[in-house]
Parts: sequence; structure tokens; C-alpha cells
Amino acid sequence: MEIDPFIFRLSIFILSIFVGYYVVWSVTPSLHTPLMSVTNAISSVIIVGAIIAALAGNNINVFETSNIFGFLAILLAAVNIFGGFLVTQRMLAMYKKKKKEK
Amino acid sequence: MSANLLAIFYLVSGVLFILALRGLSSPETSRQGNLYGIIGMALAIGVTVLSVGNFSTGFLYLILFLLIGGSIGAFIAFKIPMTAMPELVAGFHSLVGLAAVFVAISAFLNPNVFNLGMPGSIKIASLIEMSLGAAIGAITFTGSIIAFLKLRGLMSGSPITFFGQHYLNLLLGISLIGLIYFLCTTQSQNLFWSLIAISLLVGILLIIPIGGADMPVVISMLNSYSGWAAAGIGFTLENSALIITGALVGSSGAILSYIMCKGMNRSFFNVILGGWGATEESGKTSSKEQRPVKSGNSDDAAFLMKNASSVIIVPGYGMAVAQAQHALREMVDALKKNGVKVTYAIHPVAGRMPGHMNVLLAEANVPYDEVFELEEINNDFANCDVAYVIGANDVTNPVAKTDPQSPIYGMPILDVEKSKSVLFVKRSLSPGYAGIDNDLFYRDNTLMLFADAKKMTEDIIKSL
Repeated sequence: MEIDPFIFRLSIFILSIFVGYYVVWSVTPSLHTPLMSVTNAISSVIIVGAIIAALAGNNINVFETSNIFGFLAILLAAVNIFGGFLVTQRMLAMYKKKKKEK
Repeated sequence: MSANLLAIFYLVSGVLFILALRGLSSPETSRQGNLYGIIGMALAIGVTVLSVGNFSTGFLYLILFLLIGGSIGAFIAFKIPMTAMPELVAGFHSLVGLAAVFVAISAFLNPNVFNLGMPGSIKIASLIEMSLGAAIGAITFTGSIIAFLKLRGLMSGSPITFFGQHYLNLLLGISLIGLIYFLCTTQSQNLFWSLIAISLLVGILLIIPIGGADMPVVISMLNSYSGWAAAGIGFTLENSALIITGALVGSSGAILSYIMCKGMNRSFFNVILGGWGATEESGKTSSKEQRPVKSGNSDDAAFLMKNASSVIIVPGYGMAVAQAQHALREMVDALKKNGVKVTYAIHPVAGRMPGHMNVLLAEANVPYDEVFELEEINNDFANCDVAYVIGANDVTNPVAKTDPQSPIYGMPILDVEKSKSVLFVKRSLSPGYAGIDNDLFYRDNTLMLFADAKKMTEDIIKSL
């Protein structure tokens, strides 16, 4: 008897929730804002779906309706990816220890 | 590229994302963590482009859209002031939500690209997954827009409520479930559009009854939603990177919401249903009698702090509004020169988003090892000479411990009243967000400093 691949994906999903649960509890409260901005950036990995939606299919007409939605999603996700990671970087660069600046 | 190899690469980027979050357990490792996140993202994008293997005209457009979006994102990231971080995060959440909706629409219109069947005969499981992804994405989109408008001040921060609101939401919620069911049986395009339209409406209705100071919960919740939307799309596209990331972000946002709710001693549903609006009335009327208040000026404050041996600073949202963090840091430097020991105490729900105060202090070059959380520092107030409360209010109100009738009873507060003297910078005696009088104003050891937070702090620097 074969196991439906959906079950495997569900397993990944459930286990990832647990991983997320333990990893996020160990995040120091002073970094909760960078946590939000970085989770924001990584959730934009949805761009993967957008790329497939935009590029796959026929090569003759680049702008079928479904492709257009794909391209729009790429645009939105790109704003988020660059904006999210860079603003996180900028914030994290500000967190300094006492000894560094004497 | 074979499908198996592709799946392994997606797994690797999922793991890199986990490491990115893991890095945030301390400021030292956090920068490295962010780098892992960037690598994970680049990997996921790179292998996807290779696997599609389409390098014709569409590929050029892909690069073009990436560049345009990327430049906009980078521009915002460098330009945004740190005080505007809550609305920035809310704005970014709305983009993730909308992107999820767009991908779901695309998958619905052209399912064979994703191996989901043909239009009109999409696999039922995929249809459910993409409906959920689209619905949650749409709720995230409009909800985040409302949160953004409220945080930006473009829309009143006060709760908007109307008769039968909860019933309307319930009705819409039920109709969403009904729509998904009928969508699966009929595969009708119109039902899919209605599903998205109603979800957009639900997003708006869900956030408008929630007040400004509850925004930390709302932002965390929308953070969580954006994750679940991504996971929903991940199931549709059978993509493990998206499933892993969605689950991580979803649980991250949920934990933050929980921490924020606990910081206010309220249940999640109490916040979401706009609970404090109802209790506001009784709190306001019961405390109308005039009580004597001691007020002082910057010289008094400077004198008190200069002669203290330890000072604890309690920042709140008012500090962010007044942009007083840099002035505050200068004041602390001056105090340190006088040999005063200074630390910062931060309440979990201070500000408009989790960790809001920490970022502002970090921006003002305050070393993070001088900044403490509520549990770490609360016992120190008893031994401290001066507590300098700047822009915080409800989180210092002793009523939360003494008066079971009070709406904030049971909320963990900073024990500011235990310090020898309290300097309370505030523009007037008006009550805080919870609409209740702060007992602390009338204590013998409290000196009220009636002024703008930044101006008062600057005046104190001059007097020091």
C-alpha cells in the first residue's frame, strides 16, 4: 500500500511547526522586531511559486492572464525580500555591546 | 534538473531559514543568521529559475521585475526611520498576503503548469489548499493595510465598532467555508473570485475594531497569518521550502501574539474582539475626583538624578512618538559621567510592536546589555533611587496589582512605585490607552514632569 505524498508534506509541515516553536522561544525578546522583519522576508519565498506561475506554460505568449499574476507576485515578493533582509541587517548592525564603544 | 534534486535544494533552503531564526537567539549570532536567510532565499530562487528552464522573453521580464521590486525594497529599507518600523512591518505583511493571493489565482487559472490538473477539473485537495492560501492571503493583505493605516496615523487608532459586528464576522466566516465547499464541487471561477472578495472584506472587519495599543498583538497575528498563507500555497505547489517556511513564520507569529497577550494579561480572543472598549466607561467615571499631584521642572529632575546612585529608565510608546531616544541616551551619558548607574527596563508590550523599544534604544547606540526585560529587572526597582518613566503609562500602574475591579488587573507591570523616587515625564494627567487613571501620579514619591518627552529630556541635560 502506497502512502499519499500529501502525508509526507503534512509531516514536514507539522514537524516544522515544532521546530519553529522551539527556535522562536529561544529568540531573545530584544530581537523581536528583527524577528518579525526576517520572518517577513523569508515568507516571501512564495516568490518560488510566482516564478513558476510567471515563466511556465507556453513560450509564445508571455503575458497570459495567469503569467501576469505571476509577474505581479514576483514584484511584490521582491520588494519584500530585499526590503525585509536589508532592514533586518540595518537593525541588527545597531545592536552593540558596551565594550565596543567603551 | 530532476525533481528530486530540486526538492533537496528546497530542503536546504528551508534549513537555512531555520538557522536564520536560530541566529536571533543572541545579537552576536544574529547577523550571521540573517546571512543564512539571504543565502537560503538566493538558493530557492536560483534553483526554481533553473528548473523552469525558460530563458526566453519571460526570463528577461523576471529579471526586470526582480530588479524593480528589489530596488523599491532596498530604497525603503535604507530610508525608513526606526520609529516607523511597526508600519513598515505591517506594510510588508500586506505584500506577502497579496503575493499569496496572486500565486493562488495564477494556479487556479492555469493549474496544469503546477501539475494540478486542468482548468475546470483541478484536484480537490489542491483546490482546498489554494482556497485556504488565497483566503488567508487576502485576509492578511487587507488586515495589514488597515494596521498600516492605523500605525501610520492615516486612520484613527481608536477602535471602530458597530452593532452586530461579531455576528457579521461570524456570518462571513461561515460563508467562506461554504464557498470553499461549493468551489470544490462546482469548480466555478465566480465562486473563487467571491471567496477572495469576501476574504478581503473579512481582513478589514477583523482589524478595524482593534485599538492602537493592541497593535503589537495585531502585527504578530498578521505575521502568523502571512506564514499560514505561504504554507497553504506550499501545499498547493507541493514545495517543501514554502511549507517549511510557512510553518516557521506561522508559529513565530503565533508565539509573539501569545507573548504580547500575556504581557497584557488578556486572552487572544479578548484582544481580537476588541475587549477593552466595553470596560473603558466604568474606568473613566470612577476616578474623577481631584487628587494632589507633585510636579517639578527639569532642574528638580536633574538634581534628583545627579545625586542618585542608580537610575532605571522606563521607556514607552511616548518616547517613540517624541523621537526622544537620542536625547535620552545623551542624558544617560551625562549621568554616567557623574557616576550614576543607569539601566533600562522594558515591558513586553511597550510600544507598538514586539521589541519596538529595544530597536529604538539600539538606534540611539544604547548597548543592549544595559537593557533588561521585565522579569530580569523588576526586583531592582526596590533598590533603585530614581525611576525615569518616559512615555510609558499603563505598564507602570500599580492598580494592576491592587484593584481587582480594574480592567488591567492582573497585567504584569514594572514595579516602578517601589523605587525611592519616580520621575514621570508626561504631557498631562490624562489616562493612558486603557482609559484608567494611573495611581502612580498621586504617590508621595512621584514627581510629575509635564512636558514633551524629548524637550524635557533635553532640558534635563542642560541642567545636569
